[in-house]
Amino acid sequence: MAQAVAIDGRQDFITTKGRQISRLKCDDDSIAGAVSQRACVYCGARVVLNPITDAIHLVHGPIGCASYTWDIRGSLTSGEDLYRNSFSTDLKERDIIFGGEKKLAAAIDELVAKYSPKLVFIYSTCIVGVIGDDLEAVAKAAANRHGIEVIPVQSSGFAGNKAAGYRAACDALFRLTAPATPAEAALVGKDRSINYLGDFNLAGEAWIIRDYLAQVGVDINAVFTGDSSYGELKKATRARLNIIQCAGSMVYLAGRMEEAYGIPYMHVSFLGLADTADSLRRIAAALGGGSLSERAEELIARETAKVQPVIDGYRAKLAGKKAAVYVGGGFKAISLIKQFRELGVEVVMVGTQTGRKEEYETIDSLVADGTVILDDANPSELEKFMTEQGADLLVGGVKERPLAYKLGRAFIDHNHDRKHPLSGYAGAVNFAAEVYTTLCSPVWRHAKMGGDLDG
Amino acid sequence: MLDATPKEFTERTSGGMINPAKTCQPIGAMYAALGVHGCLPHSHGSQGCCSYHRMHLTRHFRDPIMASTSSFTEGASVFGGGANLKTAIKNIFQIYNPDIIAVHTTCLTETIGDDIPSIIKDADIPEGKTVFHANTPSYQGSHITGFSNMTKAMVSYFAEAAAIKKEQANLIPGFVNPGDMREIKRIAHLMGVPFIMFPDTSGVVDTPMTGEFVMFPKGGTKLAELADSGASKLTVALGRFASSDAAEALAKKCRVPAVTLKTPIGIKATDAFVMALRRAFVKEVPWALEEERGQLVDIMTDTHFHFHGKKVAIFGDPDVVTGLTEFAVSLGMVPVHVLTGTPGGAIGSDVGSFEEDIAAIAGQSGHKANIKAGGDLFALHQLIKNEPVDLLIGNTYGKYIARAEDIPFVRVGFPILDRSVHSYLPVVGYRGAMRLVEMIAGALLDRQDRDAADEDFELVM
Repeated sequence: MAQAVAIDGRQDFITTKGRQISRLKCDDDSIAGAVSQRACVYCGARVVLNPITDAIHLVHGPIGCASYTWDIRGSLTSGEDLYRNSFSTDLKERDIIFGGEKKLAAAIDELVAKYSPKLVFIYSTCIVGVIGDDLEAVAKAAANRHGIEVIPVQSSGFAGNKAAGYRAACDALFRLTAPATPAEAALVGKDRSINYLGDFNLAGEAWIIRDYLAQVGVDINAVFTGDSSYGELKKATRARLNIIQCAGSMVYLAGRMEEAYGIPYMHVSFLGLADTADSLRRIAAALGGGSLSERAEELIARETAKVQPVIDGYRAKLAGKKAAVYVGGGFKAISLIKQFRELGVEVVMVGTQTGRKEEYETIDSLVADGTVILDDANPSELEKFMTEQGADLLVGGVKERPLAYKLGRAFIDHNHDRKHPLSGYAGAVNFAAEVYTTLCSPVWRHAKMGGDLDG
Repeated sequence: MLDATPKEFTERTSGGMINPAKTCQPIGAMYAALGVHGCLPHSHGSQGCCSYHRMHLTRHFRDPIMASTSSFTEGASVFGGGANLKTAIKNIFQIYNPDIIAVHTTCLTETIGDDIPSIIKDADIPEGKTVFHANTPSYQGSHITGFSNMTKAMVSYFAEAAAIKKEQANLIPGFVNPGDMREIKRIAHLMGVPFIMFPDTSGVVDTPMTGEFVMFPKGGTKLAELADSGASKLTVALGRFASSDAAEALAKKCRVPAVTLKTPIGIKATDAFVMALRRAFVKEVPWALEEERGQLVDIMTDTHFHFHGKKVAIFGDPDVVTGLTEFAVSLGMVPVHVLTGTPGGAIGSDVGSFEEDIAAIAGQSGHKANIKAGGDLFALHQLIKNEPVDLLIGNTYGKYIARAEDIPFVRVGFPILDRSVHSYLPVVGYRGAMRLVEMIAGALLDRQDRDAADEDFELVM
C-alpha cells in the first residue's frame, strides 16, 4: 500500500496511522480551487436551527440559499410543521444597491400576519454581510411591533466554514433560552430534567432516546434542536444537566450555558451498543445513581438481549469487510469506528469535514496501523484512498453516495438523507441491517463492465 | 403541512418568497458548464454555494457532480477575490487537470465587483488549457438565467466566424435532462442533419457504471465543436428562456441565422423542431420518425377520453412549462393554473412574455387560465384552493400541494429529488410525449381506481 499522500498543499491534512508522527492539520480554511465537500457558515447555522418546528426561518438573501435548504434536514416533528416551508426575502438587484432592510421588515410583517408565529429567525447570507444590513435593528423593531421574538442569526456564508455557522446558531439559541425575567432566572437548574443537545431528530432518533431515558426515570426537558418548539426552548435553563450528542455543533452552547447558569454538561453517544450502554450508565450516575442506575442496567440488559443475537447474525455475514468513513464531524466518525468494530468490520479510512484536533487524536488511538486519516477531503482523495485501502463500503452524505456507487462500492448515508433512525438499540439493528443490505446486494455482481456478460 | 395556506388572497407587497418555484443563477451555470467536454465548473464565491449546487444536482441526477470553489473567506470579501481565483485556477489545473475551467460568479463576488476577465487574463494558465466565465449574480433572474448566461459565454468565448457555412445545425437544448438531450440528438440523426449540440450533458451526468470513477467523463460538447458552431448554417434554440440568448449572440458574432422554438415537448413543438430541420436542410422526414409520430397520435387517440376536460395545474421552468401546457391542451386538458418562478419577460416586448405565450396556448382550451411568472408555490397553492384541479404537473416540490389538496401528481422538470431514473428518460420528442401520456394517464387512472367504490371498480379501463 502506498504511503498516504496527495495533492500539493494537502499533505498536512492526511496521515497514515503508524507511518507518520506528524500531527494532522485540521480546522483550517480549504484550499482555493479544491472540490471541497464542505459547506458555509449559513449552512451550519441553518441545519442546527431548522428543527425548531414552530418558528419562521426567514432567509435574508437571494433565493438560492433558501431554495437549497428547503426541507432538506430530515428531522421529524411531533407538533407544528412551519419549519418545513421555505421563506426568503428573495433579494433583487435594487435591494443590493439600496439595502435590504425595508424588504426584510416587510417580509417579517407579512409572514407574521399569515402564520402568527411565536418566533422568527432571520438568517443573514453572504451578500447581506457585504451590503451591511443591520439585522439586529430590524429584528428589534419587528419584535417590538409584533410582540414576539425575532432573532437574528449572523451567518454570512464567507465568514468561516460550517463550524462557524454552528456557533452562530448557538449564539441565537443562547439568546433564545436566556431567562427573560427575574422569576424565570430563579428557576434556573431547578427542574430535575435534562436537556439533550445535538440530536436533530433525523428519522425520529430523539424520540428513541427520550423513551429510553423515560424508562430509566430521567425526563428530557428540551432537545436542541430536534423536534423543538419555542415553548420548550424557553424553559431550557430549568434543566440541571445538558447531555451532548453532536459535539461539533453544540459543545459551544453547552459551555456558555455552564458559564452563565452553572448547568454542567457531559458528552454522550447513542450510536452502537457499547456507546449507548455507556451513555445510559453515565447519565444515571451523573444524576445520582441509585435507582436510576438500577433501571439503566435493567434497560441495557433487556435491550441488549433483544438485539445482540440480531447483530451477531449480521456480524457473521460481515466479518472481514472493510469500511471507509467520511462524515461531517469527528464525533460521528469516532462512534462509527466503534460501531463497525461491533459488526466485525474494519475501518481503513476515516475523515471528516470539520473534525477538531482532540477528535482526530481519539480517532488515531482507535484505528489500526495503516488506516488513512484525513481532514476536509475532496472526491479525488476519497476515490484514491478507498481504492488503495480496499474499502468495501463508504459512509458519508449526499455528495459521496454516487461517488461510492460509481466505484462499485456499497454506501451508507449517515447524514440528512437517512430514512431510518441509527440511534440506540433499535438504531444499531437498523445500522447493521443497512450495512448488510448494501454490502451484500446482488447488484454488485453486475458492477464491473462486462462482469456478468461473460459468465 | 400546508394547512396554514389561506384560501383568501391578500396582496403580498414585500417581494419575499414563500416556497419558491425557482433557484439561483449559479446552479444553472454549473449545469451548463458540465455540458462542455473536459470542463470543471468553478464557483467563484463561498464554499456553501458550490456545496449546495453540487448537492442539489447530485440529488436530481444521482451521479457525482464535480465543481470547485474559490472558498471565500472574510479577507477575500474585503480585499477582493482576485487572489483566490488565481490560486484556484493554478490549483485546479495542477490537481484535477481539466481541459477547461468554467468560472461563474455568485451574489457575493458580483457585489464586491470582482472583474473576472481581468483576473483570468492575469492567471497562470498552462499551455493548451482554457478558462472562460459567465457573470451569474444570484439576485437576478433564476437558475434558467444562469444556464442561459453560461451557454451564451460558450458562444462569446469560443465560436469562430466562418466565411463559408457548413451543412450543419447548432442545437441548443436548454435546461433539460441528459435523457432529453439524447432524444433531441437522436431525432437530428434520424433526420440526417449534421449538428453541434451545446451544452450537452449526456455522457456527463448519466454515465454508465464501470467500477471506476472518472472525473471528466466522455460526454460534453468539445471545444472544437464550440469553435465550429460559428460555421453552422442554422442555430435552433430550443426554449426561449434558456437558449435564445446564446443563439442571438451567435447570430451577431458569426452571422449564423437563428430560430427559437419551444422546447419540443408534445406533438406540436416536436413537429416544429422536425420541420425547422427539414426546411433548412431540405431533408425528407424519414419513415422512422413518421412512424413514431403516427404511433404517438395513435396513443393519443386511444386515450383521449381519459384526458378530455380534465383541469390541470402546471408549474416549473418556463420553457418546460410552455411545452407541457401546449401538450396538455392538445390532449384535451384544461390548463387552469400555470406558474413559473423565473421572471417572465416584459409584457408586450418583442420577445413576448411568459404570460402572453401561455395565455395564447391555454386560450385554445376555451378557458382563461391563471398565469403567473415570478411566482411561488404559496401563490400556486392559493390558486388551486380557489379553483381545484384534477392533476398537478411540476417538480418535486409540488408534492406538498398534491398531498395537502389530495391531487394526482406527475413529476416533470427540475429538480426531482424523490424519484430516480427520470433524468435518463426523455419527455421531449414523440417518444417523450408517449412517456408523458403514460405518466399522466397512469396518475389519473390510478386515482380513479383508488377512489372507485367496489361496485364501480373495473378491470378494463
